[in-house]
Amino acid sequence: MITLNSYLSKTYGSSPLIVFRIGFGLLMLISLIRFWINGWIEELYINPQFHFSYYGFEWVKPLGNFTYILFLICGVSSIFIALGYKYRFSIILFFLSFTYIELMDKTTYLNHYYFISILSFLMIFLPLNIRFSIDSYQKKVSYNKVPIWTIDSIKLLITIVYLFAGIAKINSDWLLKAMPLKIWLTSKYDLPLIGETIMHKEWFHYLMSWGGMFYDLLIPFLLLISFTRGFAFFLVVFFHVFTVILFPIGMFPYIMIFSALIFFSSKFHEKIIYNISNFLDKLIKSKKIFKFYNTYNIKNTKIIYPVIVLFFIFQITFPLRNLLYEGELFWNEKGYRYSWRVMLMEKMGYTTFKVNDLDSGKSFYINNRDFLTPFQEKQMSFQPDFIIEFAHFIGDYYKKNGIKNLTVNADSFVALNGRRSQRFIDPEINLYLEKRSFKNYNWVLPFNDEIKGF
Amino acid sequence: MKKILTLLILILLITCSKESGSDTIVSVVDATPVVANSSDTSSNNDADSTTETNTSDTSSDSESASFDRKAMLENWVNNIIIPLNEDFKTKLNSLKEETSKFKTSPNSENLKLVKEKWLIAYKSWQHIEMFDYGKAEEIYYQSKMNVYPTDSERVERNISSETYNLDNANNNDAQGFPAIDYMLFGIADTEEKIIEKFSQSDNKYISYLTNVIDKMYSVTSEVSSYWTDNKDSFISSTENTATSSINKVTNDFIFYYEKGFRANKIGIPAGVFSGTTLPDRVEGYYSKIYSKQLALEALDAVENFFSGKKFNSDIKGESLETYLNFLKSDGTDLSKSISDQFTIAKEKINSLNEDFTSQISSDNNKMLITYDEIQKGVVFLKTDMLQTLSISVDYIDADGD
Repeated sequence: MITLNSYLSKTYGSSPLIVFRIGFGLLMLISLIRFWINGWIEELYINPQFHFSYYGFEWVKPLGNFTYILFLICGVSSIFIALGYKYRFSIILFFLSFTYIELMDKTTYLNHYYFISILSFLMIFLPLNIRFSIDSYQKKVSYNKVPIWTIDSIKLLITIVYLFAGIAKINSDWLLKAMPLKIWLTSKYDLPLIGETIMHKEWFHYLMSWGGMFYDLLIPFLLLISFTRGFAFFLVVFFHVFTVILFPIGMFPYIMIFSALIFFSSKFHEKIIYNISNFLDKLIKSKKIFKFYNTYNIKNTKIIYPVIVLFFIFQITFPLRNLLYEGELFWNEKGYRYSWRVMLMEKMGYTTFKVNDLDSGKSFYINNRDFLTPFQEKQMSFQPDFIIEFAHFIGDYYKKNGIKNLTVNADSFVALNGRRSQRFIDPEINLYLEKRSFKNYNWVLPFNDEIKGF
Repeated sequence: MKKILTLLILILLITCSKESGSDTIVSVVDATPVVANSSDTSSNNDADSTTETNTSDTSSDSESASFDRKAMLENWVNNIIIPLNEDFKTKLNSLKEETSKFKTSPNSENLKLVKEKWLIAYKSWQHIEMFDYGKAEEIYYQSKMNVYPTDSERVERNISSETYNLDNANNNDAQGFPAIDYMLFGIADTEEKIIEKFSQSDNKYISYLTNVIDKMYSVTSEVSSYWTDNKDSFISSTENTATSSINKVTNDFIFYYEKGFRANKIGIPAGVFSGTTLPDRVEGYYSKIYSKQLALEALDAVENFFSGKKFNSDIKGESLETYLNFLKSDGTDLSKSISDQFTIAKEKINSLNEDFTSQISSDNNKMLITYDEIQKGVVFLKTDMLQTLSISVDYIDADGD
């Protein structure tokens, strides 16, 4: 307990938190603007007539044209976060609006969106506005030091992400077959210089696979040690820029590059703040009338400590939940999401549904595109929980349209990581009677190969 | 510190400009976009691959060999698409000529010749319907040529009113081959009465027929010259993007197999999507006896394109088949599975009645069995082949992980 207490009372310069707040707010703002400008709000949330929900969050649906307001709220709150204006309120608003957006349709699920959701949740409990912010300007109070755990908690979250991503890469497809990188890298034959020379070489596929694994497993430690930090940051930049060139990966690389800065010393961040404030001073001639206090003391620790501890227990255990399920994780995808399994699969499916009218004995196949966007159809075709949800939607739809007694069966084939396609869903099972649950899915046929590893 | 910042900004700028380009292309699979694999794009023809021989196994050693995508595109456009389009145009022209003879002397002999030329042209059309690319896509070529069932009432209305615009999309099902099918076989019960209608003094029927054929000929000329004018840019577009020739034509090919061939010719009339059979939806409904011939012709077209068979020749060039052989990752012979499946589908179609309408009413089950075999081909093309080529099914706009 003494060591724990002494850790909790240990302090560190507050500048890393401040820079993190500003950068986070700005990056989120850019992400949201980019999303809006690309027309994705309309395309992904307004146009589709059906939305795939997360289990337990079926009540979260797009809000029609109010969805734009939702994005607006999210965008404005990220500006406020960057400015440190009404910070606690803004970060809560950001967390809620951003998470709501992500929960509206799981077709768009990305690990980094989940990362942002949980990071913004953590940030609710951290004092990121105690300096160099409108909040602190208004109160005319500024703090130079914070308990070191507040900074460490962000580092810990990033470490968890990298480590789980690395562990997930320790599997036979990734390491022994260089899959799916073999498929993806080879398809990048049109890149200048490297496209025609090395992208199709087998040694390169293995190099990238093994390199990727070691990168994820080692980078948090290389960032933690001050001796290797500069080199580690160079690796971070190199790795993520490389992924930007190779894959349509959105804002994720920038977020990860920026997040890695939290590992740098407070001196480093002081310089950033100094530069920004110099720049701002030229713009606005403001008089600094701050009372400088030394250390910011976290209030409500009785609530905050347990919340943070529970949060991290959850973050460490939840990604392991796949261990509770039988069968191949990549095939059944039980416990695949929220566990930092990034780019591990090239999975392609073809799934159609047959509706049988039990009273007339007639049966017919439906055209997925009558109900789904191409993107939704693609995602639905290889993910069991999408398939069951869509089967129910179809059943309900035709029930409403006059077929009283019906069954819904799927004709489904999936190819995984370069293997030949295999029947995916048991065609005999009436999916309309099956329920979504946390249990194993009995309607998914077993994978006819084995992938060893995590 | 400053160094790191400038580095960051620099990277952000460079990668941002890169990213915006690739963003529009994005496939939906975890991370990758669109088509095609492996190396060596722009090496000039025949760097190391065999264009002229029957290549069902070019590669095997993916370390050293590379696939000549340019050679594949050249084969597609120079040996398949352009000759097919020219051939089709010629056949349409003979239909045109025969029709004008029929116009001058509307007799049974000339009607027979018109029907013959119509069938020859219709078969030839089966080979180019899949290339919904460039001009064809822009002017909705397929919709002008082969939307069936034709709207016979609309055809009659157009004929009697004489005020119609064939460019109007509403008239897509009142023109093209199916409308001619109706006019040559369906406007009256007997051949005499049909000839009678064409010899009416007001010329209404014969001029509608002529106008429909003229329209077909003019859009075909447009498409045909598009291909000759744009073949160089087509061949050089070897990149892996949503708009590159390889990706677009491959997607068109798969879409045709699934929709134009599988659904339109077999699935829809057999009631696969409706629960009840729809015999009036067969291709060539009024002429009755050609539905099987047309379906077999379409499957030939599919096989020929897949294996890169040159027009009017048994020589095969670079194709999806040789490309798959080059890329095959797990040693199983995917291209063989695909061509075997085409063969099985062909056997099944061959076992059907010449007239699908009567097949449907006598034993629809045979139609459904045929459909199932064609369907297996869709699975191969849309999962195994697309995954191997790393092509997206459609261009969808979103980020990956």
